Amino acid sequence: MALEAKNVSFRYGRRGPFVLEDVSLRVERGERVALFAPSGRGKTTLALLLAGYARPQSGQILLEGKPLPETGVCPVQLIWQHPEKAINPRWRLRRVLEESGAIHEEDLVALGIERAWLDRFPRELSGGELQRFCVARALCSGAPYLILDEISTMLDGITQAQIWNALLEAAEARSLGLLAVTHNPALAQRIATRTVEL
Amino acid sequence: MRALANRRARVLALAILLAAVLAGVYALGLLIPEEAIAGSYLQAGQAPSLSHPFGTDALGRDLLLRTLKGLSTSMTVGIAASLISAGIAVLVGIASAIGSRRVDAGINWGIDLVMGVPHTILVMLISFALGRGLKGLLVGIAATHWCSLARLIRAEVLQLRGQPYVAVSRKLGKSSAWILVHHLLPHLMPQFLVGLILLFPHAILHEASVSFLGFGLPPEQPAIGIILSESMRYLSAGQWWSAVLPGAALVLLVLLVDRLGEQVRRVLDPWSAQE
Repeated sequence: MALEAKNVSFRYGRRGPFVLEDVSLRVERGERVALFAPSGRGKTTLALLLAGYARPQSGQILLEGKPLPETGVCPVQLIWQHPEKAINPRWRLRRVLEESGAIHEEDLVALGIERAWLDRFPRELSGGELQRFCVARALCSGAPYLILDEISTMLDGITQAQIWNALLEAAEARSLGLLAVTHNPALAQRIATRTVEL
Repeated sequence: MRALANRRARVLALAILLAAVLAGVYALGLLIPEEAIAGSYLQAGQAPSLSHPFGTDALGRDLLLRTLKGLSTSMTVGIAASLISAGIAVLVGIASAIGSRRVDAGINWGIDLVMGVPHTILVMLISFALGRGLKGLLVGIAATHWCSLARLIRAEVLQLRGQPYVAVSRKLGKSSAWILVHHLLPHLMPQFLVGLILLFPHAILHEASVSFLGFGLPPEQPAIGIILSESMRYLSAGQWWSAVLPGAALVLLVLLVDRLGEQVRRVLDPWSAQE
């Protein structure tokens, strides 16, 4: 029961330099892994590969021993670093959440999402508020694995704490597999059961 | 916020005024009976007066009535042609952006081909090949005016498709068709609307110019182009009104629509909407 990258290599374009070479990584269900590396080492690229947004040139991404499904709701959901780009600016936030299939009340409460926000447009909310919606959308999709790509880097301390608390609680309750990409060693130490350096 | 409301109000007022003028001209054009235009040689070549505000032509026909009827014909052609053209532009633009590299290359080649030939000549050729008349003109104008809008829409779709929220939508299990309808098309609406409105004056002017050159509507049909080309023969006899007044009416209509399109663009365009 795991999401794993097996000897993965990836480069952008046909002639570009390899961003990732022969990288392997394994995330079990119920495990919280912090992926830790300086800028430019391919953290985000690995996140994209694991969530099925891109395909490795060699190596495999396996979920429970099989390749990721091509259709349907992907069991590995990526939460992006910039929430304002991951939300359609023309949609009210209720619709953004509904795209994941269903709205779970308890997730909204845990993340501190106010009911009035649901009827607003993305430009009427701050980055931190939008990131809560991105997290809620990923949780509501029911995916057992979440990849978190520097999701709290640009947020203030209080918002960070609130989002992480909600995430850790949900991960505990549903035994989610989390892979948190981060720059921040203190954060990694606090949230992760295991740390991996790239 | 207040300035935006003001511009919105202005655009709305302009749109209503324009709709009223267009509907009025169109209705008059339909309502004016053929007999009212039938002239008498007793009144041939009269200068503008109270009973004939635009004067009469060399056959004694009232030019105001002919101009109105001509404008209504032009509007029919303009509206139909720009609708068809904008529809083609959306289909082609989306196909080019979503299709394979080969489809994209083929469509871009087609756009270059159509844009490479001067519009007027192409409209004349197509209209002539289809036996002129309303049908030839319509097809000619519709088939030549979609290119720049199609390019715009292609670029827009390409840019939208690269957005993370579209990628997220796909990973949430949505199909390409669902994404097209719910994520992409609503974003294309402003481009489509503005493109449509700004196509209309183009279409009308081409209709008039091609009819003027004799490759469009038949001479018995009252159209601005026909009126202008007939008036050419009598300009040297001092009948300035037979060219100036119908021409000015056409220019006025075109300017009105163009101004409306410009205002709608400024309201919808995020760069200027907050001004």
